[in-house]
Amino acid sequence: MKGTNLGEFEELVLLTVAALLEEAYSVAICDELSAHTGRTVKLGVVHAVLNRLEEKGLLKSELGEATKARGGKRKRFYQLTAAGKAALVHAKSLRDQLWDRIPSLVWKKI
Amino acid sequence: MKEQPQPPAWAQRFVAWYCKPSLVEDLLGDLNEYFERNVQALGPRRAKLIYIIDALKFFRIYTVRKPTLANLFINRIMLGSYIKTSGRNVMRNKLFSSINIVGLAISMSVGLLLIAFLLDLRSYDRFNQQGERIYRITNVATFKGEQGSGKYASTSLKTGRLIREKVTGVEEVAILRNDFSQDAQVGDRALPLKGFWAEPSVFRIFTFPMLEGNPETALRDPYSIVLTETAARKLFGHESALGRAIKLDTLDYQVTGIMKDLPFFSHIQFEALVSLSTAEQLNRHDQNFEKWTSMFSNSVYLLLPPTADLPAIQSQLDALAREENRAEENTKIQLELLPLYDIVVGENLHSGSMSGSVGPHVPPLVLWLLGGLALVVILSACFNYTNLSIARGMRRFKEVGLRKAIGAEKSQVRYQFLVEAILLSLAALFLSFFLFLLLRPQLIHLAPEIQRMVKLDLTPTMVVAFVVFSVAVGIMAGLVPALFFSNASAIQALKNESARNRTGGPAVPRASWSVQGLRYLTLRATAPTQRLGRRALAVIQYTFTLIFITTTAIGYVQYKNILAFDLGFNTENILNIPMQGHKPDALLKELSEIPEVTGLSRSLIITSVGNAWGGYMKYQDSQDSALVMTNHVDENYLPLHGYQLLAGGNFVTRPTTADGAREVIVNQQFLKRFNISPRDPQKAIGQEVTFSNFKVHGRRMTIVGVMKDFHYGKVDNLIGPVAFMPWTPEDPAIINAKIKSTDLPATLAKIESTWKKIDQVHPFEAEFYDEAIEAAYREFSVLIKIIGFLSFLAISIASMGLFGMVVFTTETRLKEIVIRKVMGASSGSLIYLLSRGFLVLLAVAALIALPVTYLFFENVVLTHFPYHRPVQLVELLFGLLAVVVVAGLIIGSQTLKAARTNPTEVLRGE
Repeated sequence: MKGTNLGEFEELVLLTVAALLEEAYSVAICDELSAHTGRTVKLGVVHAVLNRLEEKGLLKSELGEATKARGGKRKRFYQLTAAGKAALVHAKSLRDQLWDRIPSLVWKKI
Repeated sequence: MKEQPQPPAWAQRFVAWYCKPSLVEDLLGDLNEYFERNVQALGPRRAKLIYIIDALKFFRIYTVRKPTLANLFINRIMLGSYIKTSGRNVMRNKLFSSINIVGLAISMSVGLLLIAFLLDLRSYDRFNQQGERIYRITNVATFKGEQGSGKYASTSLKTGRLIREKVTGVEEVAILRNDFSQDAQVGDRALPLKGFWAEPSVFRIFTFPMLEGNPETALRDPYSIVLTETAARKLFGHESALGRAIKLDTLDYQVTGIMKDLPFFSHIQFEALVSLSTAEQLNRHDQNFEKWTSMFSNSVYLLLPPTADLPAIQSQLDALAREENRAEENTKIQLELLPLYDIVVGENLHSGSMSGSVGPHVPPLVLWLLGGLALVVILSACFNYTNLSIARGMRRFKEVGLRKAIGAEKSQVRYQFLVEAILLSLAALFLSFFLFLLLRPQLIHLAPEIQRMVKLDLTPTMVVAFVVFSVAVGIMAGLVPALFFSNASAIQALKNESARNRTGGPAVPRASWSVQGLRYLTLRATAPTQRLGRRALAVIQYTFTLIFITTTAIGYVQYKNILAFDLGFNTENILNIPMQGHKPDALLKELSEIPEVTGLSRSLIITSVGNAWGGYMKYQDSQDSALVMTNHVDENYLPLHGYQLLAGGNFVTRPTTADGAREVIVNQQFLKRFNISPRDPQKAIGQEVTFSNFKVHGRRMTIVGVMKDFHYGKVDNLIGPVAFMPWTPEDPAIINAKIKSTDLPATLAKIESTWKKIDQVHPFEAEFYDEAIEAAYREFSVLIKIIGFLSFLAISIASMGLFGMVVFTTETRLKEIVIRKVMGASSGSLIYLLSRGFLVLLAVAALIALPVTYLFFENVVLTHFPYHRPVQLVELLFGLLAVVVVAGLIIGSQTLKAARTNPTEVLRGE
């Protein structure tokens, strides 16, 4: 069902939001992702994903304080919701389960 | 932190327009943040481009406002259909489509020129990376004896010094002293160099990239000079110029830097910068050099920090000015800050400098005026579209009815007709772009000032602006037809179509009240009582056309009057040769040997073309001083120019020093001002006056002659007190040579070759007096040419519209015409029948336009010219006549064509 399964990029974004704590807003997320994945992450893509995740209820957001930078425009800070956290945990456990299913012997042969 | 250039405002607005309100703020914020980052990394130009691309890329389903979403979806499907029907309609009515396209194209070409012009003006000084923080000091000076205060683009050296020492919250101060103009000599190569005396800080304020040399130290030491690339190449060829010596006058200067050539769009233009410390050394004995009131040859530029507190700085400037004014008797000066970007398009300032203007300048009023005129022409073409498509559109009611019957909404019909208009205007854009390319050189070469001011080169921004403009024109043209058709109800539209078939006459849909209302606006008329109301658009169109043409006619006549104006002295065949610093004696001797030169004189300045020289004079009352305009002339000047002396005679003495000049010849106004027996000039002879200006203090002079009033200033100035003093060899000279020749070019060549004997470096700069006068009023001639061109366009567009309507009327009324003819009506009466309506319309337009133009000229324009000739009836009626003739030709030819058709051809089917 839509909303329960996370795409790869969605998962990355969610994780970054969680990792950035209070500083999780679009540009910071974009930079963090670029730094960690080593690929250029477009702002437009991150923006779209953040929006979708919020629609799915995995993220919630609120506008921060206005500052002089950004032409006086406020930042939108994202936070994980309980559902978001659950989705991440679910994704991780799903992976862990799958990892566990690979016998180490087989693994070494590849 | 450095302040950054702003992202393009229209892109921001675009995002704000399409984006959901809930998302817009942080989205714009993100874009801004990226923009700021890109400015650092890639420079403002790339950053702006990326911003625009990103702004477009964010146009996604989830960001776009919801309500438009559904419509957009349907509209996108329907768009194809609209384009198809529009295309068919355009092809079906070839004549009307071409009238519309050509009319729109012609009018839009004016818009394109204006847009290109505006964009060029807007790009001035934008190359400065810190441009938004740069300000120039404006001096608001009140001189004793003059009314009111004048704003000057220049200020004193002292202002710059004081601001640097005392005013807090200013990052950098740079003084540019603008009277540097000397001949540079390198080996045997000589070249006149123009530029500024400048301080090292100029490189910290402006973005003037240095190619060679150190910008920090290049202008530090005396006798240092920084050349632009071009100047360096001219002087040194391809050799390296850095560190080489240049001889200016008798002094050696060292080239300490080569900088990149200035961008075209910089209000500051120079070939070289010389360290200001040089000027200080050269002028160290001049007490006036650093005076608070020596404010005519320096510009002071400030760089303020990004967090500048403008009111605080202004109040510090006020305090500073107050302190300095305390010691001054005759002059009060206030200081103001002028942002760099408001210099070219902004308030009118006196240039102040003796060496000419500080740079290009266009007052916003002129731009608004041009914009208004262009808008009128464009509106005229839009009216054509509106008129023709509504008139023709009676035939499209069936289509609209059908669309509505199968479920089209009002907004969709509206949208369809707008799309059609926009398509047409885009097609017109294509055509008008070629017109733009054709007209561009014409506009640029209209005057040398325009040539120096704009390039009108195509830029990406310009192309985008063109397309946006064209869409806007399309919407403007299509709005009324769109509203008209969308309000028609399906039943009525379809019913009417059959009604039309029955009667065979033109369809008159009784669609709804608003259609009725709109029909009042259109040219087509059915009931005679409502005829005038319905022709409102055409009346407006013709009113403006008439105003244009009449304005051109009046303006032209007045301009010719100004040129032929009796200035009070003779200017015919007088060649003025500025000596450019040389002593005139050698050339005078040479010239006197040329037989075609019948008279020679010397003067300090040329009057009546806007130049001025002067000082303060006092008569017996030591408290009463008045500003008197002066010229220094030799004893031959008055007879050569045919000045009329009322009393006394010419100068008797031939002083050799400036201080020896003790005689003065004054005009009538002078006598009136000081009340020295204005009734009997004879008694004024021998009276003593004292004269002071920035060089002379309290020199006693005797009146030896009184001349009749003449126009010292341009003809828009009132005649004031004027005094002529003897020219002395200490003055710069202009030689006035009276020429009598049957072969002018040969004579001029002869004179030029004598000039070459004296000066090999500077080109010969002579100009005939009459030409100088013409040049002094060139702004008027340019304005008249522009308005004349616009009125030509206006009359063409209005005529095309009329042509379209006449063709349509004769087509629909062909049967009526033919039946009348069968019944025995003459061609003349038929023409009368068809043109009667138009004549009424034209009469109304003329009744509005002519008095408006007349009053406008008499009460607004010509009040600036105290000596003008009143507007004549001929000029007023000229425009009307032109319109009537053109319209008569159109109506006559079409009606005759209809009247000449063989009745059997038309009525055969009945």
